[in-house]
Amino acid sequence: MSSLDTAKDASNVMTRKRSWHWLEYAFWLAAAASVFLLPSQHALLTQIAIWSLFALSLDLLLGYAGIVSLGHAAYFGFGAYVAALFAINFTGEPVTGLLVAGVAAGLLGLVTSLLVLRGTDLTRLMVTLGIALVMYEIANQMSWLTGGADGLTGMPVNPVLGFFPIYFRQANSYAYVLVVLFVLFVVAKRIVHSPFGYSLRAIKGNPLRASSIGIPNNPRLIAVYTIAAAYAGIAGALLAQTTPVVSLTYIDFQRSADVLLMLIIGGTGYLYGGIIGSALFLVAQKFIGNITPQYWEFWIGFALVVIALFARDRGLFSIVERIAAWRKRGAKP
Amino acid sequence: MLTILFDGIAYGMLLFVISCGLAVTLGLMNFVNLAHGAFAMLGGYCAYVLVNLYGVPFFASLPVAFMFAAMIGLLAERTLYVHFYNRSHLEQVLFTIGLVFMTSAAVDYFLGSQQRFINLPSYLQGRFDFFGIGIGKYRLLIILVCALILIVLQLILGYTRFGSRLRAAVDDQRVARGLGINVNWVFALTFAVGCGLAGLGGALGAEILSLEPHFPLKFMIYFLIVVSVGGTSSITGPFLASILLGIGDVAGKYYAPRYGGFVIYTIMIVVLVLRPQGLFARGTSK
Repeated sequence: MSSLDTAKDASNVMTRKRSWHWLEYAFWLAAAASVFLLPSQHALLTQIAIWSLFALSLDLLLGYAGIVSLGHAAYFGFGAYVAALFAINFTGEPVTGLLVAGVAAGLLGLVTSLLVLRGTDLTRLMVTLGIALVMYEIANQMSWLTGGADGLTGMPVNPVLGFFPIYFRQANSYAYVLVVLFVLFVVAKRIVHSPFGYSLRAIKGNPLRASSIGIPNNPRLIAVYTIAAAYAGIAGALLAQTTPVVSLTYIDFQRSADVLLMLIIGGTGYLYGGIIGSALFLVAQKFIGNITPQYWEFWIGFALVVIALFARDRGLFSIVERIAAWRKRGAKP
Repeated sequence: MLTILFDGIAYGMLLFVISCGLAVTLGLMNFVNLAHGAFAMLGGYCAYVLVNLYGVPFFASLPVAFMFAAMIGLLAERTLYVHFYNRSHLEQVLFTIGLVFMTSAAVDYFLGSQQRFINLPSYLQGRFDFFGIGIGKYRLLIILVCALILIVLQLILGYTRFGSRLRAAVDDQRVARGLGINVNWVFALTFAVGCGLAGLGGALGAEILSLEPHFPLKFMIYFLIVVSVGGTSSITGPFLASILLGIGDVAGKYYAPRYGGFVIYTIMIVVLVLRPQGLFARGTSK
């Protein structure tokens, strides 16, 4: 077999892998339908869509490149503050705000990736955590700019692209968030099924071998870190545009931990994990939080321990798979 | 000025006592245990319940806090932690953060969310002047107890059979096993003692560190700094790191209260980036 054939085969495989499954069409159709069919739940659905985007950005890092981050909220919060300040000082047009926030958060990601990429898992954990803490302190101290502990208010939200008003219109703002999520999801899907995406998985699998087959590990990781940071920044900007106040909770440790948990619940490495996880998380939070708002934390912790004990890459689904396998084994003998 | 130094040393000593157990689990057993602060908190609350609610003398509560945290640590190690030794760091992180959330919520449920103070006996309150330096009696006690613990730890590690077993198990698990050392047992015991020390530190430092349900998260980064900056090749590295951190933090809060946290986190990042093995690490083979 000539090398040309191999290349063609590889490109065929990649084309097949990135084509859409019918379930995916069904999922996005259902999401679009929810704009019209579930008007009473728009607030919750908007939250889910924004968290989904945030979790999706973490999935790019964790699920594809294998970088564990405990401080992803740094980019989310940075994007939110940039979007809010941009809206206050320049224009309140949301899409421009998203782009600016994405670029700014991406730049921050690019700069900080140089710190993150050194060292082992543990160092990365500490450095990502440290970056988020530093960002939190900065946001807290620069109160003349960010409003500090009181939060930043009074950000204007003009109609999207000049004709689609989302300010205090829940249906419209949900539709807007959903469209952004969909567009960025398609881009992410394209990225992870490109040769670039495959090289990331190779690095995740075995960095030494990846570099010995000619993959430039560090530039690739820097690139994906930058992309993920930009995604997180856009998610933060979306939240800033759909809620009246940008506060320090956008950037605190709880947010970094929550997004990690959502992604883990849904499972990493197939892009839908973040969406499914954040939906499950927020719906559960709504119900359990209604019963015992204070002790919701306990159940998050419990979920984390159980998932860490029994689940692997596929989150809750691997627990389901395990139970199914166990029952099958139990039924046979 | 010197008082600040003194307070900083007391604070650093506390950090050391709490985090030296973490130095073993994280550095030596290569287990990312973010829940270490939870054991310190349990020790602190144990002392709080004993002293304030049952009127046990403060000094009697300290060993109880140690034992309590150590027993819980041993139990957790044998039932839960043991499944995670060979898992990825991500799974360890998830598991231990989960534990932190659960303990925080449980403590909140049983003892309330407000900050708790342990009633100190009157002879520990107040301060006296020593050549012009104001010395708090309580802080002096902390320094003495912690120094005692440091010396005992050094002696145990350096001169007892258990110490040499531990060092062997840490240097090369497989060979240690081959020599007939029960590595699992050594690790379990070390883990328990580490948790116990954390509990003792939590009880001793309840006054300085502010005991409340979110204690583990608030101080997690401090313990991690001590371990990662100090390195784990010896006990002196984390000790020096905690003293530096203690002095730095107290001085920072005193002189530049607005930038204290910022400076510490920045220094941590810089140290980690420049010297991933820790500031005081000797060249290690791993």
